[in-house]
Amino acid sequence: MELVRSHVLICGGTGCTSSGSQTLMDEFEAKLEENGLSKEVKVIKTGCFGLCALGPIVVVYPEGSFYSRVQKEDVEEIVKEHLLKGRIVKRLVYDETVEDDGIKSLNDVNFYKKQQRVALRNCGVINPENIEEYIAVDGYQALGKVLTEMTPAEVIDTVKKSGLRGRGGGGFPTGTKWDFASKSVNEQKYVCCNADEGDPGAFMDRSVLEGDPHSVLEAMAIAGYAIGANQGYIYIRAEYPIAVKRLQIAIDQAKEYGLLGKNIFDTGFDFDIEIRLGAGAFVCGEETALMTSIEGHRGEPRPRPPFPAVKGLWEKPTILNNVETYANIPVIINRGADWFASIGTEKSKGTKVFALGGKINNTGLVEIPMGTTLREIVEEIGGGVPNGKKFKAAQTGGPSGGCIPASLIDTPIDYDSLISIGSMMGSGGLIVMDEDNCMVDIAKFFLEFTVDESCGKCTPCRIGTRRLLEILDKITKGNGTLEDIDRLEALCYHIKNASLCGLGQTAPNPVLSTLRYFRDEYIAHVVDKKCPAGVCKALTRYSIDAEKCKGCSACSRKCPVGAISGEIKKPFVIDASKCVKCGVCMETCKFGAVVKG
Amino acid sequence: MSNQATVPFKGTAEQEAKLLEVIAKHKDQAGALISVLHEAQDIYGYLPIEVQSIIAKGLGVTLAEVYGVVTFYTQFSLNPKGEYQISVCLGTACYVKGSGDIINKVKEILGIDVDGCTSDGKYSLTATRCIGACGLAPVMTVNDDVYGRLVVDDVPGIIAKY
Repeated sequence: MELVRSHVLICGGTGCTSSGSQTLMDEFEAKLEENGLSKEVKVIKTGCFGLCALGPIVVVYPEGSFYSRVQKEDVEEIVKEHLLKGRIVKRLVYDETVEDDGIKSLNDVNFYKKQQRVALRNCGVINPENIEEYIAVDGYQALGKVLTEMTPAEVIDTVKKSGLRGRGGGGFPTGTKWDFASKSVNEQKYVCCNADEGDPGAFMDRSVLEGDPHSVLEAMAIAGYAIGANQGYIYIRAEYPIAVKRLQIAIDQAKEYGLLGKNIFDTGFDFDIEIRLGAGAFVCGEETALMTSIEGHRGEPRPRPPFPAVKGLWEKPTILNNVETYANIPVIINRGADWFASIGTEKSKGTKVFALGGKINNTGLVEIPMGTTLREIVEEIGGGVPNGKKFKAAQTGGPSGGCIPASLIDTPIDYDSLISIGSMMGSGGLIVMDEDNCMVDIAKFFLEFTVDESCGKCTPCRIGTRRLLEILDKITKGNGTLEDIDRLEALCYHIKNASLCGLGQTAPNPVLSTLRYFRDEYIAHVVDKKCPAGVCKALTRYSIDAEKCKGCSACSRKCPVGAISGEIKKPFVIDASKCVKCGVCMETCKFGAVVKG
Repeated sequence: MSNQATVPFKGTAEQEAKLLEVIAKHKDQAGALISVLHEAQDIYGYLPIEVQSIIAKGLGVTLAEVYGVVTFYTQFSLNPKGEYQISVCLGTACYVKGSGDIINKVKEILGIDVDGCTSDGKYSLTATRCIGACGLAPVMTVNDDVYGRLVVDDVPGIIAKY
């Protein structure tokens, strides 16, 4: 193996690729060549570092310098100063890492300090397109151990003891699920992986697949051995082209190395994995719908029981786990159930990856031990809400989840605490909202999503969600009544109780949780006909504060419909009947004289 | 989504040969229909009824079954896309950062609605779910180019580039 003195790690995740990391990679190669450093410095494309807000990210080892928002023009400086002369380009490193006398370790930076990377252990560390790098970090060791030293029952027992629960949202104990499937008697069984990450604003699974695809393959093979299956399917969104490509590369390499396929490790155990592309249907994240879709049909859910562990894919016993759940398996085998169970809380073991987004400074991917409070995530790891605004609520669980208001910011994040406050863990989307977000509008946003994505098979979901949306629409347009709020709430419970699958059963959650914590906002919409956050256009009025207005006419010149009139140097007025509420006047006014409310 | 194709079918013999190859490759694989549809859409750009008929015949399933699957999944399109496909992300992270205003601006400039295509076939507009670039929110894409951290005033300039 060639020896090099420095490594340049460039993030090749979707976030950084979108902000141009491939161009940087080419530029680095070119500039290194130009400066005669190609043999001494190696450029590697890795998975996600997590701090997507600062992408594209470049990390140079051995120093561990964390360069953020690197542009093509900056590359030459990094090559000439840092790699040639050994002087870190302080101008470009993440400013949190800069200390008076040098650069501090990334682990001491607020964003990383409270994180513990288990599922993401290899993301941003190895080149995901090279199996040897995975093997170098103990990859496929767990599979080897399982096949040569453990019985299937011992594997299931270890997973049970670790306390690992499904990371896709439901939180069902993984070991118990495997146990059910192992006890189903059938010649043919299947292991499936749910990579159909459909929650808007969530990209944890994609980052694992892009940054560490082999860990999922290894875990699926382990699961196959445990339940007695020799065929696996990964159902992945077609919207994730980078992840699909890297998974295929990983599968091909694993087969070439004999780590998938026939007679793995000479133990007589066969296991093969195929990729199946989703085609854009949120309901396919539901387990029975996902299996129907792999079978090539419309992805409609089936009634349970029979559960997939008894009759799943092609009516054979099947287990389905989520990507992040699988990513935890090899570490649990290698380091033991006790080690894993020592992380987290009594009933929620291990860590959870969250995609932190919305109104927060450090958007990106974070992995925290269960039991970390929301406050630690938002204020310390996330760096708080930008522009001096106030934290209003965090939304977890996407269209199936609910919101956590500011008053509950000290809630520990684990499965049971979140359920008890009317939200849920979900697959890991965590969207932060500030005072400028209207909670009725957010509920409406999620309902628009579920109405779109309801598969239409059962009536409560197909028709019920549409009625919910209609009532919400009426409220945001200022035509709602107090009875509408009661009707909304009653309908929510009917839909929850009567729907066929998880999509319908959870669809009312965004409404119920906003009603629970922000009922006053709903009431403001129907009684006072006001949107306190100023989001709902029909309820927003623009006016000019006569005391602040200097009469400069800037707003009236910008107004697209000529709704503003007045005399120069005297206060102007807005004609509410003409106003289309575009807000241009407010953006234009230099004196803050235009008010919304 | 409109179920009527808006333009006449212009498939070539070459495209059909490619499609038949794809069908032959997947024919014996269980649950092949969705995989075939993905590849067929890559060949034709969309899935008009003519293409669906070839697939139904090739795989030995009914046209109703094929049509049912095509219309179930949002990735499959019965209409051709524009030369430049504009997608605005309406995932939660982008939405709370104002992507709703971005998409309205695009609609206003192009005079088309979501899932529409301009009459000259140059631009089409879709609203996508999260593309996962939440760190760049709000985000829009034009074919493979990604534009992030947008404000409404950026939109005219971006469209003018194409």
